[in-house]
Amino acid sequence: MKKIIAIFAMVLAPTFSYAGSSAEVLHWWTSGGEAKALKVLKDDFAAKGGAWTDMPVAGGGGDAAMQTLKARIVANDAPAAAQIKGPTIQAYDREGVVAPYNIDAVAKAEGWDKLLSKQVASHMKCDDGKAYCAAPVNIHRIDWFWANKKVLDSNGIKMPKSWDEFNAAADKLQAKGIIPLAHGSQPWQDATVFEAVALGIGGNDFYRKAFVEADAATLGGPVMVKIFDQMRKLKNYTDPGSPGRDWNVATAMVMEGKAGFQIMGDWAKGEFAAAGLNPDVDYYCGTTPSDNGYLYNVDSFIFFKVEGQDKVEGQKLLASLMMGQDFQKVFNIYKGSIPARLDVPMDDFDICAKKSNKDLNTAAKKGGLLPSFAHGMTLELGVKGAIQDVVTEHFNSDMSSQDAVTKLSAAVMAAS
Amino acid sequence: MFWLKRNLPRIVIAPSFGVIAWFVYGFIFWTIYVSFTKSKLLPQYQFWGLDQYYRLWSMPRWHIAVENLFIFTILFIILCVLIGIILAILLDQKIRAEGFLRTIYLYPMALSFIVTGTAWRWMLNPTLGLEKFAQDLGFSSFTFDWLVTPGMSIYTIVIAGVWQSSGFIMAIFLAGLRSIDDEIIKAAKIDGAGLISLYTKIILPMMRPVFMSAIVILVHLAIKSYDLVIALTAGGPGISSDMPAVFMTQMAFHRSEIGLASASAIMMFLTVSAIVVPYLYSELKREDDRK
Repeated sequence: MKKIIAIFAMVLAPTFSYAGSSAEVLHWWTSGGEAKALKVLKDDFAAKGGAWTDMPVAGGGGDAAMQTLKARIVANDAPAAAQIKGPTIQAYDREGVVAPYNIDAVAKAEGWDKLLSKQVASHMKCDDGKAYCAAPVNIHRIDWFWANKKVLDSNGIKMPKSWDEFNAAADKLQAKGIIPLAHGSQPWQDATVFEAVALGIGGNDFYRKAFVEADAATLGGPVMVKIFDQMRKLKNYTDPGSPGRDWNVATAMVMEGKAGFQIMGDWAKGEFAAAGLNPDVDYYCGTTPSDNGYLYNVDSFIFFKVEGQDKVEGQKLLASLMMGQDFQKVFNIYKGSIPARLDVPMDDFDICAKKSNKDLNTAAKKGGLLPSFAHGMTLELGVKGAIQDVVTEHFNSDMSSQDAVTKLSAAVMAAS
Repeated sequence: MFWLKRNLPRIVIAPSFGVIAWFVYGFIFWTIYVSFTKSKLLPQYQFWGLDQYYRLWSMPRWHIAVENLFIFTILFIILCVLIGIILAILLDQKIRAEGFLRTIYLYPMALSFIVTGTAWRWMLNPTLGLEKFAQDLGFSSFTFDWLVTPGMSIYTIVIAGVWQSSGFIMAIFLAGLRSIDDEIIKAAKIDGAGLISLYTKIILPMMRPVFMSAIVILVHLAIKSYDLVIALTAGGPGISSDMPAVFMTQMAFHRSEIGLASASAIMMFLTVSAIVVPYLYSELKREDDRK
């Protein structure tokens, strides 16, 4: 079937330079803005004469897709590109299924080293940082506060600049019968809140030591106890219906004014936009308190080893399109993130995205630009999972902060 | 021609035999082997010894999962069998509209566990379901928040599981009750047995094989329960209602720990075999004896 499509494409579009290129793309962007965003790429690809075989595997935030992907790789039939990010890219490379890095030539020719920040580029390279093997499509920021403007204004609350200020604001809201923190207590959401708190209370160097280097002394130290103390406070600011709630339901609570704040990555903006709400008019987008910190999640596509000239050409075309200025702009406006490519004009983006872009540069200069561990941008997945288990267990029980810290360092030791 | 006639059954059976041999037993052995390797992201085949099993049993989360499995399996089986028997006996009293009632009790079985789990998640959610309903009716002190209480959420899985499966167990017992010879019941009645002693002393003891098959069906349902947990609590709050099947999928596809996941799969496999193999053995032996 694939061959027939490829031949078809060749016959139909013999004049295009990329004729005869085909690509099978595995992803789980199947809903709303994400699907719209990806369609831009599909259309571009088709316009250049490529044959796109869509392989959407929905469900479970990528769990189902991972199952399919692994089965395909074990059967020696890897798709051209798959939605993989963070250290998992290099882990696949170590398994020997990525070399010979078909897209590296494109990346070198287009000068990706200049188009991307060093930090982002380092996530995209295999073979000890020598060759590009993945293409970034966006930068999501994790450490955001989303707040209902009406609720905050009518209670005389400003966006908090420190965690103490937040606690004071939350106490005020709670006294008025408003849920201070809209939260869905699923393990990944607990970890999302946890890393924002850790960045704020521990600081940038602490975060790097604990969650990039997995340093045992830092993970088991006294600062971590303070972080778990704040987590316990946050737990008391949530409502009893919180366990198991989906993140977008929590976002809706902020929109409706049932809750004051939510801590969530900037995909939450898509929910506000879909409801027709505007930043600074209906809601505030602020960052969680930290010292010029910025937790990022870069979505990317890895390009596996494939057989056949048409597939290799397809990968090259796809990589080039993904890094294209047009695609990076349109895609990120739909998705709520900001472009990974540095030279995309930000004029058409909203104020939250502009703020994100500005903060990114400041953070990079001040050493606060850090990878999100909750979203798999740092640490091996096993270690990340072990931390997440402890965080969510602490958050959903009456475990003491000291016990949590002891468990945390033990779990990380066992997993690594 | 004669050869063909004689071997036709074997030829017809051969493909499915081959498929099962490879895809069931072949992969069981493959998983056993992988559990002895260091496999992380993708399977590797270098022998590593028992380390994955040591790691597995040193993980607090695995202990939670195993403990939950025991709580769930024991309660699930006892409640399903108990409710199943009571319903079957009640239906057996030659009542009107039996077919209609039987369908109602059997109907939950037609739903997938995902649907059951989602429906019960809404009903048990304190801010949406039962608790809010009762409070809106005026019982303001009514609380039923097991779903969001760590340590209690596992029991909500038992509730939903029992609701789903007890009708099926009822059907099995009803069939068993119907197969008992009327003459025996009549004889017992003539001897003066009351309804209760008729059931406890005569009919239920005669249904031993039915008990066995019901329990074997329930045991394997309980051990591989995955979709119900995912839909109802997703292992939460926190990881307090985790189960081995959920643990295994998490490790294999979320955490890139294929070796560890295989080790946990083998532990589940051994648990099932420990229950099913002796049962099969005794059943097959009885058949042999009859010959």
